[in-house]
Amino acid sequence: MILVALIGILFLGGVLAWLSERLDSKLPRVIALAALLLDLVLMLTLLGGDSADGGWIVALNVQWLPRFGISFHLAVDGLSLLLLLLTAFLGIIAVGSAWSEITERSGFFYFNLLWTLAGVLGVFTALDLFLFFFFWEVMLIPMYFIIAIWGYENKNYAAMKFFLFTQVTGMLMLVSILTLAYFHYVQFGFFSFDYFDLLKVNTSSTIEMWIMLGFFVAFTTKLPIVPFHSWLPDAHSQAPTAGSVILAGVLLKTGAYGLIRFAVPLFPEASLNFAPIAMALAALSILYCAKMAFAQTDLKRLIAYTSVSHMGFVLLGIYAWNEIALQGAVMTMLAHGLSAAALFMLAGSLQHRIHSRDMRDMGGFWAKVPRMSAVALFFSIAALGMPGLGNFIGEFLALLGAFRSNLPMTVIATFGLIFASVYSLWVIQKIFHGEYSNSKFDDSDLTDLNRRELAYFGAMILGLVWMGMYPQSFLDLSAAALQELLAGTQELVSTVVQN
Amino acid sequence: MTLADLLPLMPLLIVSATAVLVMLQIGVRRSHTVTATIAVTGLLLATLAAALMMSATNQQVTPLLIIDQYSLFFTVVCCAAAMFIVILSYPYLARLDDDKDEYYLLLVIATVGAIVMVSSNHFVSTILGLETLSMSLYGMLAYPLHSKESAQHPLEAAVKYLVLSAVSSSFMLFGMALIYAQTGTLAFSSLIDLNSNAVSLSDSYAIVGLLLLISGMAFKLSLAPFHMWTPDVYEGAPLPATAYLATIGKTAMFVVLLRFVVMSEALRYDAVVIVFSLIAALSILAGNVLALLQNKLKRILAYSSIAHMGYLIIAVIASYFAASTISIEAVTFYLLAYMIMSLGAFGVVSVVSSSEKEFDLVSDYQGLFWRDPWLALIFTGMLLSLAGIPLTVGFIGKFYLFFAGVESALWPLLLVLVVGSGIGLFYYVRIVYHMLLPVPTSPQFPSATGERLGSYGVLTILFLLLLLLGVYPAPVMALIETVSAFI
Repeated sequence: MILVALIGILFLGGVLAWLSERLDSKLPRVIALAALLLDLVLMLTLLGGDSADGGWIVALNVQWLPRFGISFHLAVDGLSLLLLLLTAFLGIIAVGSAWSEITERSGFFYFNLLWTLAGVLGVFTALDLFLFFFFWEVMLIPMYFIIAIWGYENKNYAAMKFFLFTQVTGMLMLVSILTLAYFHYVQFGFFSFDYFDLLKVNTSSTIEMWIMLGFFVAFTTKLPIVPFHSWLPDAHSQAPTAGSVILAGVLLKTGAYGLIRFAVPLFPEASLNFAPIAMALAALSILYCAKMAFAQTDLKRLIAYTSVSHMGFVLLGIYAWNEIALQGAVMTMLAHGLSAAALFMLAGSLQHRIHSRDMRDMGGFWAKVPRMSAVALFFSIAALGMPGLGNFIGEFLALLGAFRSNLPMTVIATFGLIFASVYSLWVIQKIFHGEYSNSKFDDSDLTDLNRRELAYFGAMILGLVWMGMYPQSFLDLSAAALQELLAGTQELVSTVVQN
Repeated sequence: MTLADLLPLMPLLIVSATAVLVMLQIGVRRSHTVTATIAVTGLLLATLAAALMMSATNQQVTPLLIIDQYSLFFTVVCCAAAMFIVILSYPYLARLDDDKDEYYLLLVIATVGAIVMVSSNHFVSTILGLETLSMSLYGMLAYPLHSKESAQHPLEAAVKYLVLSAVSSSFMLFGMALIYAQTGTLAFSSLIDLNSNAVSLSDSYAIVGLLLLISGMAFKLSLAPFHMWTPDVYEGAPLPATAYLATIGKTAMFVVLLRFVVMSEALRYDAVVIVFSLIAALSILAGNVLALLQNKLKRILAYSSIAHMGYLIIAVIASYFAASTISIEAVTFYLLAYMIMSLGAFGVVSVVSSSEKEFDLVSDYQGLFWRDPWLALIFTGMLLSLAGIPLTVGFIGKFYLFFAGVESALWPLLLVLVVGSGIGLFYYVRIVYHMLLPVPTSPQFPSATGERLGSYGVLTILFLLLLLLGVYPAPVMALIETVSAFI
């Protein structure tokens, strides 16, 4: 029941937030915050839960559409729980960043924000593939609205691009899901979309490869990975800050989660054969987007490209498919969720103050806004993978695990770490160091971080330091779930390797 | 004919009696309100009667009509939709400076035709029903003709529809004649005994007849390449009439097509499969691509209806190759879904329009979200449903279609379906985007007034249905599974 509550609170909170705008335009944000806090508390109660049964902490399975064997099947294991916590945490941060930025139509804004997050929670908990697809699509429309209504100058184009990319690849996934369900029907004689039923389906390797590709394209578009990444820089640069936070921090992770939970376990053989290509794409993505990041003048586009680059490590870790690499992928997802969100918020708060994202206009801000500069330095260093912070643990583990399974690609991918230092430090140097000049913008609003901003940046700094210093607390949580996933494919992988 | 035969015909008789009653009432005293009330009451009674009879009736009444659960299901759908259209028409026609009453008469008679069509398993009843429906529609499409503001558009639309519809009817008749020449009977099932590998000329009448029949039906369903009339007729006709043509007109014809294809097993012929596949792919692509270029809502909806009919044809093709009945259920569910969302979309446009001025441009709806949030929300729901987004009935419908396609392994058509849906998103979401823009300063349509309360009620019912069937469709799915077994 608690799982329904988690999602239901956000759906209901969204409707309430929208309605409450009539009473007072400040009420929606309070309701949104309350709903998310309540969710976070509920999730924390799951933490101590007993995970005896295959790593599942809590589950719910109710018939929904019996004609197709579709059930309302939600369940949480350590992996899902980590991502749920990330979602709620970043949701609260996003509300914080929108607190004074969103003044127009705030009711509808928080409605969309909460509904997007509700969809994300659904994606992270659904164990029926129809239900999963359902939530996968539910995330889209509110996110489209967030970009299209509260975005910047080119918002319509960016929102439409985001929507078309994710929706069309989503359709391909739907065809794959249906094909898989159909083969289940042929083999077992009844319809089912349940994850555990579909795990048992055997198909010929050609068909398996095609079905797997449907999933792969949908997930890597969301992640995103070159060549499906081109929507992301547009979406990020046009989205309002809170939208970017959700997009970079949470939405991208649904793609990675989909790969870990569905794409590989459902199609182990095809995934194994496909792994070299996937890892090559990951390496390409890491290097190409690092290079692209370096070429940007728009701060948000730059961060967006670094985001794609870092997601390459996640893909690399997933297709290495061993425990260390998977742990690395999960850690990267969590740490990147915080660091990328923080960087987008910094870019957003700069834009809010000087109404520009063009780095050519900026320079010498350290003297003017020291606290903001220090915070920016911290998150840049975190993003480039400084030991002692979360991102380092994630990327290091991912590379370490991948090293065992595909040496050349791992070596190539490792260069990404060097490029990351180059562009991160370049950004710091460009914006915060050098000569200060206000000739290109009006600096009357350029003030340092206020208390509210310090509070949420502080929380994110703490999070990253915790992940970096004591990663075991996170690794323990996801270990059982990942081992369970690995165990399911172990037999097959070992036989194929032997042959 | 005995009383036992008359009882299953109850809905048909009620609607026919309503037509007579409306005619008499017009003769006694003209009153817009009274006429509309009689029409609504009659259609409501017919809906209830059909719904109550549904579980217990399965009977061939004369060789012409089959009254089974399937036909009763669509009788319910068509009568309810007709009732909704009457309610939507009332404020639309309220300021027409001409007699308004005959419009309702035509509408009720058209519904008689629709009921006959959905109950038809014989060529004679098909033609009877189809002509009853079409003849009434000509009148409805041209209705505001004598109005002061009279544009030529309704007349142009009606004449266009009259000519093309008559031509397609004659195609169908000729096709039926050829089939009759070979089989000697006019029942749908007549084709079933024919050898599909016929080589001699005398054996091949049927296949030519079949293709003529299909092209005639494709005309009526505005499937590409027989779709040219659709946007012009939709654009020129008054909105409620367009809504009637687009929903009940299409649905009734589609039920005939489905029953015919299933009963005659026409898909045994490879030629028929190829023709259907081409028609489906062309309709999906042409409909969606051409809709991108439009600025008028009626034209967008016209092209989108072409695409949706194409989607449905995929499930019709699937029905022959699949072992289960899911593809027939898919057609049934999608027709229901299409009825709801299409009626809703036309309803929104007609609720802000009147016979004097139709607000039909996409830009007219700019900022609607901030002026009339409820109406905008309903419209958004309808459009997203047409695009097949979850939480709406359109998503479940599309899911059914995809499932039917996968089950019969129609991969090329599924690819077209994916591409078509992708393009479709673009123009549906564009309308939503316009509603989200800031409110413009240019003149706008007025907000809701008291006389439009009924229309708002109808839209609200449709919207709730849209959500209910999108979130918890299990009971309706079960019902459709039951009724689909009868076809």
